[in-house]
Amino acid sequence: MKISFNINGQPQSVEIEDPNTPLLWVVRDMLDLKGTKFGCGKAACGACTLHVEGEAVRSCSYAVKFAEGKNVVTIEGLGDRENPHPVQQAWIEHVVPQCGYCQPGFIMATAALLAKNPNPTDEDIDNNIVNVCRCATYTRMRKAIHRAADLTPSSKVLNE
Amino acid sequence: MSRDNTCLVSTILHLNNSTSAAFQLHNKHSASTIQKMNKNKKTSRRKFLVRGGLGTLGVLAIGTYVFRNPLRRKTLSIAETLIPPYNGSGTKANLWFEITKDNQVMLHSSKVEMGQGTFTGLAQMVADELDVAIEQIQVIGAASATGIVDGLSTGGSLSIASLWVPLREMAATMREMVKGEAAKKMGVAKSDLTTKDGVVSGGGKTMTYAEVAADVTEWDVPGTPDLRPVSSYKFVGKPIPRVDLAAKVFGDPIFGMDAEMPDMLHACVIRPEHIGATFKSADTSKAEGMNGVVKVIETEDWVGVVAKTFSQALAAKRAIKVTWDIPRKWTESDIREMLQVGKGDRMITQKVGDELDPEDADVVSIAFSSPIGAHAQMEPNGAVAHVEDGKATIILSTQVVGITQKQVAKALGIDTDDVNIIPTYLGGGFGRRLNTSHAVMAAKMSKEVGKPVKYFFTRKEEFQNDTFRPPTHHIMRGKLNANGFLDSVEHHYASGDVAINSVLMPGFAHTVLGTDFGAMRGANIMYEKIPNHRSVQWHTTLPFATSWWRSLGLLANTFAIESFIDEMAIKAGKSPVDFRLAMLGTEGNQARIRKVIEVAAEKSGYTDKVKGDKAMGFAASIDTGSPCAQVVEVSIVDNKIKVHKVTCAFDCGIAVNPDQVRAQCEGSIMMGISGVLHEKMTLKDGQLYPTIYGPYEMALMRDAPGEIDIHLIQGAEVPLPVGEPPLGPIGAAIGNAVRRLTGKRVGDLPMRVG
Repeated sequence: MKISFNINGQPQSVEIEDPNTPLLWVVRDMLDLKGTKFGCGKAACGACTLHVEGEAVRSCSYAVKFAEGKNVVTIEGLGDRENPHPVQQAWIEHVVPQCGYCQPGFIMATAALLAKNPNPTDEDIDNNIVNVCRCATYTRMRKAIHRAADLTPSSKVLNE
Repeated sequence: MSRDNTCLVSTILHLNNSTSAAFQLHNKHSASTIQKMNKNKKTSRRKFLVRGGLGTLGVLAIGTYVFRNPLRRKTLSIAETLIPPYNGSGTKANLWFEITKDNQVMLHSSKVEMGQGTFTGLAQMVADELDVAIEQIQVIGAASATGIVDGLSTGGSLSIASLWVPLREMAATMREMVKGEAAKKMGVAKSDLTTKDGVVSGGGKTMTYAEVAADVTEWDVPGTPDLRPVSSYKFVGKPIPRVDLAAKVFGDPIFGMDAEMPDMLHACVIRPEHIGATFKSADTSKAEGMNGVVKVIETEDWVGVVAKTFSQALAAKRAIKVTWDIPRKWTESDIREMLQVGKGDRMITQKVGDELDPEDADVVSIAFSSPIGAHAQMEPNGAVAHVEDGKATIILSTQVVGITQKQVAKALGIDTDDVNIIPTYLGGGFGRRLNTSHAVMAAKMSKEVGKPVKYFFTRKEEFQNDTFRPPTHHIMRGKLNANGFLDSVEHHYASGDVAINSVLMPGFAHTVLGTDFGAMRGANIMYEKIPNHRSVQWHTTLPFATSWWRSLGLLANTFAIESFIDEMAIKAGKSPVDFRLAMLGTEGNQARIRKVIEVAAEKSGYTDKVKGDKAMGFAASIDTGSPCAQVVEVSIVDNKIKVHKVTCAFDCGIAVNPDQVRAQCEGSIMMGISGVLHEKMTLKDGQLYPTIYGPYEMALMRDAPGEIDIHLIQGAEVPLPVGEPPLGPIGAAIGNAVRRLTGKRVGDLPMRVG
């Protein structure tokens, strides 16, 4: 069957046999966007986090049929080298990644958190950013999340 | 801000139909470059080759075989702290440095990048001797077809330390080669030429390195130049941002899991769930007709299925019924029974002074233990393989390019030279990627279907087929003298395999060394002033694979020793800092250990008094020549241990990149917190559990201390290992803080209170 959605601002249709195929594999193997990672396949680690309608979704456990007609954003659509998203900018400033494999998932989860909560406290971060990083870059990530909040224009408006 | 030092790697990995041409072009380019560059007019003296040779450990081991235990202990102590030089193949400078048309230098690294920051450190070392800007260097893991194959693994925290001299010598040699060629082309005497930022200048003329190298088919190779003083370097010693930073922040396809080849198929293999299970037979009838299935492949010891997409392969895999031979359903108590002090092979790994009399009423004895640990690296193991016309190409995340190459060649019955291993960035290593049997499986399946095949583990397979950190059991014994200092201390420890039975070790290693030197990491007593001290290993091979896990025995051994030292300080009524300092000498590494202890105590404001709901804990260790001391501030809320702050003093000699040394300290500390507070694999119904994150508890953001305060000390004139030594003290430091808060000594990991 045919499933249509927007990905990174572009309309996209895919012909798929099984509409229950995880969105992760459609994104990675059919649309060749490899930034969204496979970590566990059970929504337990967050490496596959992307945005559906602005919400952070663990795409390994999200059937592609649910994406019909929706806006999907992956790490490739969040920002680029010329126009990094504030979260990416903060990640660069704090030199967060080590192996880097989980980082797109964390960046996407953080971007979704900041869109809802532009000035998260440490407790907000602990409760909402629950992905797994085996290199354990958590202390730098926490600093980078606060920095990204400072870099996000909307947070300044709310502060004033 | 963001630099693109990784674009070529991305190109190689990004092998869909539209970019496959780029892949082939690159390979062709590399092959011709190599062929061309091998034609040196004369072979120069290579200092680093002389130092490399057979492989230092091998030489030591053979030399020791005929001797008795005291010499074995000497051998082990050398093997433990020695930095092996480069002993791989491909030692011509022009193989390592490829000068590209846009005047960039591509460094083909014999070591892989798995997060430890090695590519960045190597780029800094090269930039300072080759006279190029750091932005001009791209680093890429050397494919085995380049001729560069490391004689060791990427591991042991040795990449920077072991390449420190040979890589800079090769960069300096390359610089002189470029100058020599430029002298001919520019008509200026070589002695009148200077080099900077990839440009040769002299006699009023300039040429870029790219222009110099453009049509060179044969290089004149000079003798190895002297290295410049470290104090003159512009990049070494500076906190340069990681060379792979942008690629990792913008989600570039740089990992083994991201690799593709044209017309690639996807495969799954059915892995055993029970410990010790072997493949008997399979009913594949249902799977064979399923959608997308290309072929079901049954070998002597496994069955796999190749399909058009991963989801199809997974569905077909679930439809295959395998009958396993399960000789025994191992239980948790079986393992506990096997693995304890007093059982297995005994070897004294350290012996100074007299043995304690266990019957002596003044002897204090405490037992400690650590559980089975999983690697749980985020990127599952996998490989993309293409076998065609007797040649194999394998792209994968691996710490062992050379071993994988040999294993694939052997399995396919082809020459090693006909197997090209292309290592990618690794989504975590931690020792897990020293075992790459999946590469052989992918290659065999590709050969069967005549097309490229991608095969990777599911997370459950990753957890159940891990090469685990072995469980350990320790008995510490000690006795104070009349002045309240330690007169004797003994560490008796039992461990499963770490180095023994590993692919990295020759089969005779156990016989020769008499012990597992991986399990021995951190097991010896570092306080030289204790008149009587010894360390005794009991080694047992367990029924499931155990092997290298970041820092090997260090985490558990230091937990036992430094917890015990703390307990004896309490018994003596002394500050644990003064207690430790009094037992250390003043020369060499003893002085360096002393220094990190003093700095950690001072910077943390260490006190052994409980303050409010918090207490501090102190511990120190030395691993592979890099001493580390840590102080933690801990509270207990709802029976849960919370680490609020960690102060860490660390001496790794020259910090080639201080920011990345700090990152490794932070990562080691957090991985240690995860290990000692949460992680544990157990046996249930003959299987290893859990098989997924979450139930396999690990540190998350909420476990991160509010502050990790790191103080780097340079106590040596060379770079020493970084990636593992800071994992030593953290467990004992937390246990010692808990002891002060609760009055109770934690003996078993993961720690439980209340």
